[in-house]
Amino acid sequence: MANKIFKERRLQDDAWKVVNLVDGAAPIDVCLPVGPLLVPLAVWKAKKACLIHREYEHGTPLGIWLSPEDNIEDIAADIDDFTVIAVHFPTFTDGRGYSTARLLRERHGYDGELRAFGDIGRDQIFFLNRVGFDSFVLGEGRNVEDALKAFDDFPENYQGDAVQPLPLFRRRAA
Amino acid sequence: MYRYDDYDHAIVQARVAQFRGQTERYLAGKLSDDEFRPLRLQNGLYIQRHAPMLRLAVSYGLISARQLRRFADVARRYDRGFGHFTTRHNLQLNWVRLEDAPEILAELAEEELHAIQTSGNCIRNVTTDHFAGVAADEIGDPRPWAEILRQWSTFHPEFAYLPRKFKVAISGAAEDRAAIQVHDLGLQIVRNDAGEIGFKVYAGGGLGRTPLLGQVVREFLSWQQLLNYTEALVRVFNRHGRRDNAYKARIKILVKALGGEEFTRQVEEEWSRLKDGPATLTAAEVDRVTAQFAAPNYETLAADDLCHLSHLREDKAFARWVERNVHAHKVAGYAAVTLSLKKPSAAPGDATSEQMEAAADLAERYSFGEIRVSHEQNLILADVPQRELYTVWHRAKAAGLAAPTVGLIQDLIACPGGDFCGLANARSLPVAAAIQERFEDLDYQHDIGELELNISGCMNSCGHHHLGAIGILGVDKNGEEWYQVTLGGRQGNDARIGEVIGRAFAAAEVPDVVERLIGAYLAHRHADERFIDTFDRIGAEPFRIAAYPTPLEQRRVANG
Repeated sequence: MANKIFKERRLQDDAWKVVNLVDGAAPIDVCLPVGPLLVPLAVWKAKKACLIHREYEHGTPLGIWLSPEDNIEDIAADIDDFTVIAVHFPTFTDGRGYSTARLLRERHGYDGELRAFGDIGRDQIFFLNRVGFDSFVLGEGRNVEDALKAFDDFPENYQGDAVQPLPLFRRRAA
Repeated sequence: MYRYDDYDHAIVQARVAQFRGQTERYLAGKLSDDEFRPLRLQNGLYIQRHAPMLRLAVSYGLISARQLRRFADVARRYDRGFGHFTTRHNLQLNWVRLEDAPEILAELAEEELHAIQTSGNCIRNVTTDHFAGVAADEIGDPRPWAEILRQWSTFHPEFAYLPRKFKVAISGAAEDRAAIQVHDLGLQIVRNDAGEIGFKVYAGGGLGRTPLLGQVVREFLSWQQLLNYTEALVRVFNRHGRRDNAYKARIKILVKALGGEEFTRQVEEEWSRLKDGPATLTAAEVDRVTAQFAAPNYETLAADDLCHLSHLREDKAFARWVERNVHAHKVAGYAAVTLSLKKPSAAPGDATSEQMEAAADLAERYSFGEIRVSHEQNLILADVPQRELYTVWHRAKAAGLAAPTVGLIQDLIACPGGDFCGLANARSLPVAAAIQERFEDLDYQHDIGELELNISGCMNSCGHHHLGAIGILGVDKNGEEWYQVTLGGRQGNDARIGEVIGRAFAAAEVPDVVERLIGAYLAHRHADERFIDTFDRIGAEPFRIAAYPTPLEQRRVANG
């Protein structure tokens, strides 16, 4: 059965597989299954040539996933290569991924799919969406119906963000 | 004061609905404790010892008479008829029911009140000087900037899950009355050589387990860059602050670990990318907000009201109240008045619903309908005509709000401590009351003079004990309450962290210890010296000797 992802405000099939680096394994030794992959930063760095080759030869799109510790500056030069960049939230209280997303969107101009996955649910979606995520793999047991309502939690926001760069004070009716 | 427009109302209303939904899902078992905790905290709701505690925001300490009445009403109907004003201008209700919290917030929203970001690992309520707008030593009014920062920080999507809480304070006066150097971010309004308004920026200050004063990260930040720079600074914190240990997660630890210079370099680097972006403040926006803090319609009055002067001469009790509780005002014939929330029979900062209503009445009749909450946990009427002071005093006295002790020992600051707070190691309130009772005699208090005494029930330091000339910290030793004493702390421009004088004391010893410390001061003081001045001149040793009259070794022997 295909995995599901929450995107464009509905649940869709998802072909992307997350590759994990097992503790102690060398990134270069990770085997790459067929199909579109989200690889950890270390694997991207170690097997970049191989991954790009897959794209050229087989048309397999490139994807990467970042953990909260990862420096996005490490992939700044490669950003246009990715079809999907995923950001992992090991716990929903770890907010580093929010900065990662804004930097990808606003500083590095990334306009591909930006995916949040991990321990996230209905109560995070509104802000995740504002900082630039456009697809979501909800945590175990999180209610998708509920999550759908989250996009409308607030009718207006004070700050600019990845979706609406202008803060409210530049849009406020005089 | 700032009045909401349709946007502000819509945002707060949406919050009420959102929190109602979250609470319903929690009560229905759809949200776990762990999932609900950060959500409720960001709405000021703690689960405390006896009941949930709801911390309501008083944005930068400013509140209207109508709003204060609404607080009084909510405290009466949903709590036990009183509330507690905190050192960060907020109002805490200690006995609410979780089920009622959404309705309370809905009612408060009608009066432009809320509990947004009064707790949790996010940007908290911005605090400022309780004499903002009326102080003679003001360089610029901090309130418009505080409001601009309030809006910017409210539901900031990037900063809802910071490593730890983030507190901002802003001062616009020559004398810092907002303790900006002990905040995560401290802003001092300054003018540059060209006369333009900007901010001197401090970062990494804070009390708690590792008390540190903030470091200057920028001498002059032009006002247009306020939000860009703050965003850069908080982003550096969000990305690089420690998340492995809650006690080491405040920005002060990051600033200390990187060193002020490297931290500043990272902030400046981030800022250079945000500078002049869309969050750059416009004159139009600053004007829009500033206009809402325009001075009220002051009458043209003589500098000295003759009736007032004669009351001063004839009524000693009034004169004493004026000496302590009435403060200079930049407009001739006006004064600022402190309504004291300090007396032995109630916790420092506690106000009953009746007292809140009395303060609201006074504000409406004599002070343009506005009240401030000071970080010393008192209420302030900022704009009282001198000729009304005598009446205000009588009415305040009738409401139990006229203790003539501002700045004296009875005006001590204390957190709610172990009687209420789930974090506390020891109780603060019985110790506070015991000290206040010991020094209740007004002549004695006035003779002792200005003395800041602060009590915290745990290392989180909500009572700012590090900043007290005498600081008292509750500690837990094998399940018993003990109290550690620090001396020499102070707030203001010359802020300093107090030093621990020695082993901790049992609760029953504390009033004696304080009395002995004060005895040492009285014995050594020169004319016109405050406690802190004598301490500076003679050092800690004479006080240490007074505090521990029996050498520790003998005491051990005596105790077997």
